[in-house]
Amino acid sequence: MSERISGLTAAAVQGRLSATEPDLASGMVGASPFRASGHGVPAHESAVSPATITPEERRALEALRRPPNLFQRCSRWIGLVVFFAAWQLLSVVILPRIDANLVTLMPPPTAVAAGAWELIESGALAKHFWASLQREAIAFAYASAAIPIGLLMGWSKTAQNVFEPVFEMLRPIPPIAWIPLAILWFGIGDLQNQFIIFLGIFFPLLINTIAGVKNVEHNVIRAARCLGASETDVLVKIVFRAALPQIVTGVRVGLGVGWMALVAAELVGATSGLGWLISDARSVLRTDIILVGMISIGIAGLLIDQGLRWAAKKMLPWSLAMTR
Amino acid sequence: MGMLDIRNVVKIYPGTGPADEPVKALADISFSVRQDEFCSVLGHSGCGKTTLLNIIAGFDEATLGTIHLDGRPIGRPGWERAMIFQDYALFPWLTVLGNVTFGLEMKRIAAGERARIAQRQIELVGLGGFEHRYPHQLSGGMRQRVAIARALAVDPAVLLMDEPFAALDAQNRSMLQDEMVRIFMEQRKTMVLVTHSIEEAVKLSDRIIVMTRRPGRVKANIEVDMPRPRREESPEFVALKLRIRDLIHDEFDLSEVPGAAALPAAAAATAAAAGVGQA
Repeated sequence: MSERISGLTAAAVQGRLSATEPDLASGMVGASPFRASGHGVPAHESAVSPATITPEERRALEALRRPPNLFQRCSRWIGLVVFFAAWQLLSVVILPRIDANLVTLMPPPTAVAAGAWELIESGALAKHFWASLQREAIAFAYASAAIPIGLLMGWSKTAQNVFEPVFEMLRPIPPIAWIPLAILWFGIGDLQNQFIIFLGIFFPLLINTIAGVKNVEHNVIRAARCLGASETDVLVKIVFRAALPQIVTGVRVGLGVGWMALVAAELVGATSGLGWLISDARSVLRTDIILVGMISIGIAGLLIDQGLRWAAKKMLPWSLAMTR
Repeated sequence: MGMLDIRNVVKIYPGTGPADEPVKALADISFSVRQDEFCSVLGHSGCGKTTLLNIIAGFDEATLGTIHLDGRPIGRPGWERAMIFQDYALFPWLTVLGNVTFGLEMKRIAAGERARIAQRQIELVGLGGFEHRYPHQLSGGMRQRVAIARALAVDPAVLLMDEPFAALDAQNRSMLQDEMVRIFMEQRKTMVLVTHSIEEAVKLSDRIIVMTRRPGRVKANIEVDMPRPRREESPEFVALKLRIRDLIHDEFDLSEVPGAAALPAAAAATAAAAGVGQA
């Protein structure tokens, strides 16, 4: 092999290459000064750059690529198809043989789809979906107070000393544990629900903001200072910006926890919303609607998270954590 | 503009625990840097040279002593003492242009003027065409060029550099050192470079301050009068390099290395001889 390379190098030096050889040679020799001197012209002035991929090379590349077979191409769907087929089989064939009433507890996918269509047509699904989403949004607006508080706590040791003991005491209490007290304080309805969701969002957002501030590189802050930035400039233009990717992570985790808390709060203390929808369907034994509600909750949670990821990617193109 | 006067600077770090003794990092440092002079501070790692630079920048405070810039005592960090860091310390959320204009915004310079100055500095460091890239899209050498342009844009009285080329590979390092010589010749300015590389100091400096081991003192204050650009093979270059190497090797005493005291005397002597032999 080494003999071959040296042979080609020698050929390049002597400048006696055929029409197809230069790219092969330059690929081997790279930006070797020999090539330039051999041809009597600097490499960058030659018509074909060594980095250009020739048609032959492209064909060779294509030949090496193996197209995926049918099984590999369908692999993402196989699991889903088997899952739904098994469910259908269980509900329609197996369960009725054990007891005719069992199918009421486990309706087949087709019945769930019919139930979903019924709810979409009547507008009930949209109404409850909107009620839940609104609660999450309002609670998030309140909980975003965690961002300035977190900035302050991450930045100032004194602020951290003042706030931390209180927050560390309240944080381990699950939002759901507040529901009984919240019902007594705010009654059944929006305010109680928002309070529970607020608790779900606030702490993850706070913790992530503090961590984001603490992780800002020391020299980045120093660089800003020695370029003339004031303390306010440093906090707003440097620390906040540098911590933003982690704050966005906090928002994502917070909205996720908040969404779980929302469903729990609606199950016991609401008259609308997706959580209330499944709780109400239980009392009239509409298991198909319960399943539609459960699936809607899952889809909504996924959409919120995907939407945030998409927005973060657009807004923070520089952040490696966001584009990963 | 840009006369730096360092007088009897002492830095002692207080001990952290109850049994911890305070640590003396710098013991009585005095030297002056003339206007438009390139000064290197050279020493072993841990000799306190970065501490000294941080004190000049205003990131850290001297326990005793004074530092004057153009006759005025230095205060909080500011653009008149811009710094270039080993890890570049660019703002990753800003483009090359955004990074270079940041200091100009802080200086409240009008937008049109800002763009003009930034463009000129970007061209000077050879990054024309990369204005709208983000730092993570650039190589290490290019990132440090951005940092150089960013610091020069605010037109500091003195440019401070903390081992700016140490994180680069050998080729990039040597190329950026040459670039620095060119930039210094084009934009005369007082510069203070902290480095542990003798070649780097000799290649770049008008004045070399050789520091002792901790606690850091000035071991030698050498004025270098060689025309630029300097060739590493030239006899004067090599002679100065060897002279400084001897000064620095004097500071390397095996008896201070932990564990060396336990060695038999003969073995220690052989080790010392080998160390000199390498020089």
